[in-house]
Amino acid sequence: MAKKMKKSSTRIDMTAMCDVSFLLLTFFVLTSTAKVPEVHPVDLPDSTKETKIPSDDIVTISVDNEKIYFGIAGRQDKKDILTRMGEEYNISFTEEELNKFAGMENFGLDIRNLKQLLAKPSSELMNPENHPTGIPFKDSLNNQLSSWVKNARESSWQRKESILKVAIKGDKEESFGTIKEVIDILQKQRQNQFYLVTGLRDDDF
Amino acid sequence: MAELNTGSNEGGKGKKVRSKKQNTGVDLTAMVDLAFLLITFFMLTTSLAKPQSMKLTMPDKQDVPDEMRQQAPESRTMTVLLGKDNMIKYYMGLLEESEEPTNTTYGKDGIRQIILQKKAELEAQGKVDNEGLIVLIKATDDATYTNMIDILDEMAITDVKVYAINDITEQETEIMQ
Repeated sequence: MAKKMKKSSTRIDMTAMCDVSFLLLTFFVLTSTAKVPEVHPVDLPDSTKETKIPSDDIVTISVDNEKIYFGIAGRQDKKDILTRMGEEYNISFTEEELNKFAGMENFGLDIRNLKQLLAKPSSELMNPENHPTGIPFKDSLNNQLSSWVKNARESSWQRKESILKVAIKGDKEESFGTIKEVIDILQKQRQNQFYLVTGLRDDDF
Repeated sequence: MAELNTGSNEGGKGKKVRSKKQNTGVDLTAMVDLAFLLITFFMLTTSLAKPQSMKLTMPDKQDVPDEMRQQAPESRTMTVLLGKDNMIKYYMGLLEESEEPTNTTYGKDGIRQIILQKKAELEAQGKVDNEGLIVLIKATDDATYTNMIDILDEMAITDVKVYAINDITEQETEIMQ
């Protein structure tokens, strides 16, 4: 008769594992800042510089395929800036529209089409198809990029007395001509300092 | 171990009812499962590393009287031209007076060596930091954004104190064709 294998218990004490996993969980919950989806993510060039980007009072200008997407940090800032833009372009936004706008990370369309977009359900707001044109900036009579930056600067100065910072996120393949145009538009307002957002490069570069 | 045992089978008949010693071990498997699920979720949605940036300060465009402008002596001015298809050229001093702009490449074997060499030459003459090499960066519209970041990065790596992005002249655009 074959010798019977001793059946050993397959149960393991999970207490320690549970402790560790919850410790890690707590760590991640506390350190995380959720990745917010952008309308149009850009492929950033790399650099060795490691200046951190400030997280407050900053607007982000993403440039890809000669299209511009504009992002504002902070819900209150977004609302205030949109209200100011509305006054400039004679569009009045309701409280509900402002709230919806505050939930958007960035956007790329003519402000005159923004009201139609904000009428759509929240799930549709960040759909790239709803941002087909980018912010108009080529036409000097309808330079909305310039208006957005101007209003954002006024807003942050008048409300918080802090100076607005401008970050530029350019795509790797973007031609320098477009970036130059953007920089020129900002320099006309004497906004001379920029944060160029980059990725991290290997050490052996 | 690790199970909730109510131990009802021990309640023998007729025995004196004693307060039973309960097994306090709880099956933690489900809890661990849940915890790891959440960890995975947070790990994937978190961007731990904030993107970094490069601070770029452009000279003010406002008209400044000529005597207020910073003069860039030709002898220590190097102009780097960036063009399409990763073309990069450089020349020293004024375009009219210097030799043909020389071709080079991006990265540590190309432009970096040249900048370091010119910097060392000036340092040998006792010209360091703000008195040292001045680099003017000029890019055509065909140059990519990556090219510009690369060259700004070189400035940081080689520690050139004075550099500026300038508008390219027509003559220089022709050279870069």
